[in-house]
Amino acid sequence: MTQSMRYKSISSINGPLIVVSNVQGVKLNELVEIEVGEETKIGQVIELQGNVAIIQVLQGTAGISVGQSYVRFTGDTLKIPVSEEVIGRTLNGLGKAIDGGPEVVGEKFDVNGAPINPVMRLPPKDFIQTGISVIDGLMSVIRGQKLPIFSGYGLPHNLIVSQIVRQAKLLRKQESFAVVFSALGISNEEADFFRVELERANILDRTVFILNLQSDSTIERIVAPRVALTVAEYLAFEKDYHVLVITSDMSNYCEALREVSLARNEIPGRRGYPGYMYSDLATIYERAGIVSGKKGSITQIPVLSMPDDDITHPIPDLTGYITEGQIVLSRSLHLSGIYPPVNVLASLSRLMKDGIGKGYTREDHFEIYARLFSAYAEGLRNKELSSILGEETLTLEERQYVKFAEAFEKKFINQGVDEERSIDETLDLGLEVLSILK
Amino acid sequence: MREGRITRVSGFVVVAEGIPFPMMNEVVLVGEAGLIGEINKISGSKVSIQVYEETTGLKCGDKVVALGRLLSAELGPGVLSQVYDGLQRPLSEIAELAGSFVRAGVKSKRLDHEKKWHFVPVKEPPSKVYGGEIIGRVMENELIEHRILIPPNVKGSLVSLVNEGDYTVVDTIAKVKATTGEEIEVRMAHEWPVKVPRPFVEKLNPDEPLITGIRVIDFMFPIVKGGTSAMPGPFGSGKTVTLQQISKQTDADVVIYVGCGERGNEMADLLEKYKTLTDFRSGRPLVERSVIIANTSNMPVAARESSIFLGVTIAEYFRDMGYNVALIADSTSRWAEALRELSSRMEELPGEEGFPAYLASRLQGFYSRAGKVKTLSGKIGSLAIMGAVSPPGGDFSEPVTQKTIQTVKVFWGLDPDLAYKRHFPAINWLQSYSLYVENVSVWWELNVSERWRILRENLLSVLKEEDELMQIVRLIGSGALSERERAILEIARVIREVLLKQNALDINEAYSDPKKTLAIAEVIDYYREQLLEAVSNNVSLEKILSLNLGREIEKLKTLPLDKCLEESFKLKEKIVVEVSTLPSLVKA
Ligand SMILES: Nc1ncnc2c1ncn2[C@@H]1O[C@H](COP(=O)(O)OP(=O)(O)O)[C@@H](O)[C@H]1O
Ligand SMILES: [Mg+2]
Repeated sequence: MTQSMRYKSISSINGPLIVVSNVQGVKLNELVEIEVGEETKIGQVIELQGNVAIIQVLQGTAGISVGQSYVRFTGDTLKIPVSEEVIGRTLNGLGKAIDGGPEVVGEKFDVNGAPINPVMRLPPKDFIQTGISVIDGLMSVIRGQKLPIFSGYGLPHNLIVSQIVRQAKLLRKQESFAVVFSALGISNEEADFFRVELERANILDRTVFILNLQSDSTIERIVAPRVALTVAEYLAFEKDYHVLVITSDMSNYCEALREVSLARNEIPGRRGYPGYMYSDLATIYERAGIVSGKKGSITQIPVLSMPDDDITHPIPDLTGYITEGQIVLSRSLHLSGIYPPVNVLASLSRLMKDGIGKGYTREDHFEIYARLFSAYAEGLRNKELSSILGEETLTLEERQYVKFAEAFEKKFINQGVDEERSIDETLDLGLEVLSILK
Repeated sequence: MREGRITRVSGFVVVAEGIPFPMMNEVVLVGEAGLIGEINKISGSKVSIQVYEETTGLKCGDKVVALGRLLSAELGPGVLSQVYDGLQRPLSEIAELAGSFVRAGVKSKRLDHEKKWHFVPVKEPPSKVYGGEIIGRVMENELIEHRILIPPNVKGSLVSLVNEGDYTVVDTIAKVKATTGEEIEVRMAHEWPVKVPRPFVEKLNPDEPLITGIRVIDFMFPIVKGGTSAMPGPFGSGKTVTLQQISKQTDADVVIYVGCGERGNEMADLLEKYKTLTDFRSGRPLVERSVIIANTSNMPVAARESSIFLGVTIAEYFRDMGYNVALIADSTSRWAEALRELSSRMEELPGEEGFPAYLASRLQGFYSRAGKVKTLSGKIGSLAIMGAVSPPGGDFSEPVTQKTIQTVKVFWGLDPDLAYKRHFPAINWLQSYSLYVENVSVWWELNVSERWRILRENLLSVLKEEDELMQIVRLIGSGALSERERAILEIARVIREVLLKQNALDINEAYSDPKKTLAIAEVIDYYREQLLEAVSNNVSLEKILSLNLGREIEKLKTLPLDKCLEESFKLKEKIVVEVSTLPSLVKA
């Protein structure tokens, strides 16, 4: 047992931060417990100055009082117990079961994890089928990849996420597969939606649901994605699962980061987000991967919102600099009734070439992808020209490309929220729309 | 032992008090785990330390031990083929000690001190020796002869030198009596502080291109052996693919690749490629001429700084042996961001966008370590530095991009619009430039063709004209264009699609020999002449286009050198024959 020390010397409280004076032997990033009446809140030491410790409280500072509340330093970092029993369970952002079932017991792991040694990484290979044509066909998700969805307010990312959670599968059935789905800062209605969807699809036996509600502490959101990844690392690297981690919405995580930074009086970076947000996000996204000597893998699909649909906003920008591509949603496709409204030209899966084709999907996959992409690009270009200069300025061939682009959007991209297409169906559909160009 | 105590911990910055006579940039061991740190600021009895490892668990009152030396690299046989972290710890050894994940406080040797190398002396005692002189050699692998140097700061008379035989890097191989009378033991490995540039005799004018095999670079915006270049671009515009392609294809002797604050999977992929791909010039695996320094985005932030300096120090060391060395840093922005975070945690006054006021001088200090030099041993060596820049939001007006552009001689500006269209490499031909065009002209003349300069100018001017014409088209449509102007658009299209666009992922296309590049340019320029002449003779452009000559030229891209040269001759003939047989329209 690590010895613990109890202090009653909180000297100030500012937003999510409390300052405790006259402490000794306190460690950076140590877990603290704050007694507030019957309740115990937890926090982390984020800075030390002489005998003063600055603590970030993970569950809101309401009720904490200067000189009254007790603070206990645990001598250890924040750890959560994990075992295979966690599958099928719903946890809160701090890793505690909130589904009325028994507490999760098991070996304890530090939620911060540690960086994978680059020489121990194996380059991601092999395909995860989402059953969504535009993703599987043109921006395939590869095991061990991190591929975010860039959405915007009012765009149907929740539907897409739920469809991926329900449909995602490996093509080789004998491997174990699990989904860790964490919802950050969502409303009660959204939480109910996801719960119903998970039950409806009867996939609870392979899903871990991590739930942080809008009404929960914002600062808890700093820990929640790390809890999800700690669970995922256990399943992938101790129990050989291929784990898909879906986190929605990372924008809420970034807001929490900003809140702490402002409370610390740090010099704000672009648009008020802390200058270290890139490095901080990297400690989350880089936990995707495959490790030499281990059978499992971690694939991440984080979802985030682009404020004002602006892809240069720090949240999508810094994310795109870390992740291996991006799936960008388009408002104009959404308005024309296309679901899922994926902006094909702006989207990219950087690792796609390593996980498709013979032995993974189908031999002609890459070629179909390349033809669809360039024909669609050409179609959109011609469509734009015709809208500026009039349709009559287009040659017959150019008009065919316009027709192709329209068919591509209506038949290939467009798909029902419950419609699951196998990769074969997707590729055949691609060939079918390409035949318009003959 | 000189010791102090921690009084403050904030992220990767620690303040300590009580270290007697602390030295700027001195290495310290921090806390019980002995984390490696460096003194960064001294004010009275207080020092600020940047810690190169994860600081979780540090406490106020923990001891800090000063080591009395600067942060240094250990240079000697065994450095090649390694993948190091920012502190020169071999990552494979860290994996052996700590498993799949990197943990703080792991201690490991920088070079293997047990392994024996076959040393061949090239000097005989007694004789005078000076710093940087080559006294022997070791075949480090099948490819690279590792020349053993007297450390740059040692000189005097060589008292003894071992015979040919097998020695470790820490065995004494020579004794030098310094002018002070002190006898210095020389080993195959020596230490050099990473932040101190290694000395040389003089800088020379760089005049030889560093060949990359990428046409838009070699032909349009060349870099030289000993030159500097920057490649700014938003995410997804192709920085990493292009720089890694250069690292695989370049005709440098030794390549140092610094992955600074970027993706782990990219490092894994690069390492795998280095092991499996061979350098086509020597037939040897690329890994034999390479050193990778990998400090990924989730690894300790401070070590981004040390990884850049470690990389450039190793690079200078090989330069000092008389080699042409290429250093690639992806991305220098992550290093600048580490400087910003350090500066803000040390509570310095922030400059533009929070970066410290010394950002520009740090960048200059880094790039100024490039150059073609006469080494201390009298050989000619060179070090070229190429850095990726990652501007937030792709905005080139931000400080790191601006200050870098002001420092380097070649600017490869990546354009997200080109990347969206999958035109790779997405180097914008209107914006980019190279200040080495003059320097490399003679090389092109002597080794490839005296026509390079003129071809380059011809084709660039077509691209400029295309840009002007497209502005008109966007306003009033292509109907307003004359036949000649339409012909220019066609030629520009061929230049873009055939000469500039080059798929790095296709093995038949990725490397373009300068002779092949020139042959392609020559054909396109010929096509340009013929097209413009025919159009001026009132030959219908539509008829010329229906000959599909552009598509024929495009086929040259994937041909091997010999075949390409052969076909390009035939193609020129075909162009003149087919175009000249078209009838000229008589104007109504
Ligand atoms: N020269 C090239 N040839 C073919 N594809 C390229 C080339 N350069 C970039 N790409 C494509 O663009 C993607 C992003 O390139 P990358 O170099 O990773 O961008 P950055 O480092 O600027 O973020 C790659 O995954 C690849 O699909
Ligand atoms: Mg990159």
